[in-house]
Amino acid sequence: MDTTIWVGQAIDLGPLLPHYLSELIAGAVLLLILYVIMRKAVVPAFEKMYEERSSKIEGGMQRAAVAEAKAEAALAQYQDQLSEAREEAAKIREDAKNQSAQILAEARDRAAKESDRILESGRQQLAAERTQLVVELRGEVGGIATSLAGKIVGESLDDDARALRTVDRFLAELEQAGQTR
Amino acid sequence: MTIGLVPLESGGYSPPGTHDFEFGSIWPGVFPDWVNKPLVQALIAFALVALVWYLASRKLKVQPTKRQFAFEYLYEFVRNGIARDILQSEYRRFLPYLLALFFFLLINNWFGQFFLFMFPTFSNIGYAYAFAIMSWFVYVGAGVAKFGFGRFMKQSLIPEGVPGYLLPIVIPLEFLATFITRPVTLALRLFANLFAGHLVVLVFIVGGGFLVTYQDNLFYNFAGGASFIFGLIVMLLELFLGALQAYIFTVLTAQYVSTSIAEAH
Repeated sequence: MDTTIWVGQAIDLGPLLPHYLSELIAGAVLLLILYVIMRKAVVPAFEKMYEERSSKIEGGMQRAAVAEAKAEAALAQYQDQLSEAREEAAKIREDAKNQSAQILAEARDRAAKESDRILESGRQQLAAERTQLVVELRGEVGGIATSLAGKIVGESLDDDARALRTVDRFLAELEQAGQTR
Repeated sequence: MTIGLVPLESGGYSPPGTHDFEFGSIWPGVFPDWVNKPLVQALIAFALVALVWYLASRKLKVQPTKRQFAFEYLYEFVRNGIARDILQSEYRRFLPYLLALFFFLLINNWFGQFFLFMFPTFSNIGYAYAFAIMSWFVYVGAGVAKFGFGRFMKQSLIPEGVPGYLLPIVIPLEFLATFITRPVTLALRLFANLFAGHLVVLVFIVGGGFLVTYQDNLFYNFAGGASFIFGLIVMLLELFLGALQAYIFTVLTAQYVSTSIAEAH
């Protein structure tokens, strides 16, 4: 193999020896320039875009979180209101029950009083009528007795039959008088 | 610029060898000898990578177009797949170097299978040396910048928990491993893969060409055709190997940087 091209080498490195120094320099310089281009232009542009993208996504997520929080708050409020309304309804029902019981009791009370009053007044009227009757009767009985006595005295007292007729007549008169009244 | 087919002109057959990796001036008499095919390839690859990435990095949108999506994929391959994976939180500072390294290597390696070029630039070992030296400066520089020279040397040369009487042996070994072996293996691995790969392709193509044109021997002609086909298959393999070597070089550089800047355990 023709490797004598490497003149003046103590050890023949073969293809491991660069042919020209320019290879080393060109490789290093080109890589360096590429590095600078990547660092100044390419990487910042890409990273900036990635940042924008992630911030946009994060912004969207934040907005979604805010919306969710709002919805949850609305739901909680709604449920609060609902439970409040339920409580109120229960209270109203309770009140109504109580009130109705009270009203019933009052009505019963009033009815009892009224009936008492009616009974009382009936009783009083009866009593008054009775006393009036008694007074009337007393007067009448006195009169009747007086007239009976007069009549008995007016007729002959020895005639028993006549006396008996007189008494019967009187009683019939009395009966008639009672019927006509 | 012509490779391999020269032996046919003289009638005999001389197998491809290291002389196929040596190039003179692309324009003898006008340019000096060192302005050769590999240099031109390196320049073209450089221009290609720089231009394409510069264009790709302009007008990036939050909602990517198809073209931008493809470049984002390539960018993230190095950014997430290599840099962030290995260097974690400190990847951002080394990302530009790793990007430049990977894509410059990739394009140059693939030149071995592309029309017009048909030669992998890094099978000229000077370029591999240059890249290894650059990576050496990057990972040593990263360590020195972070810890200062003294502490960095102490961290790289004295592993934790080594008993004192072993230090005379360990320190030279660690020095060799960290500061000598690493760049040498980086350069040789890259160079040898591409050199050998290209040589294999040359053997199949040049040998095949010789056999196909051999007169009055049908068996040789058929064998030459088979050799051509096999050469094409090897070239496909080389396409894969070129990408793989670019990836390995980049990953190892990142790995070395990561060991340099790692806090003591």
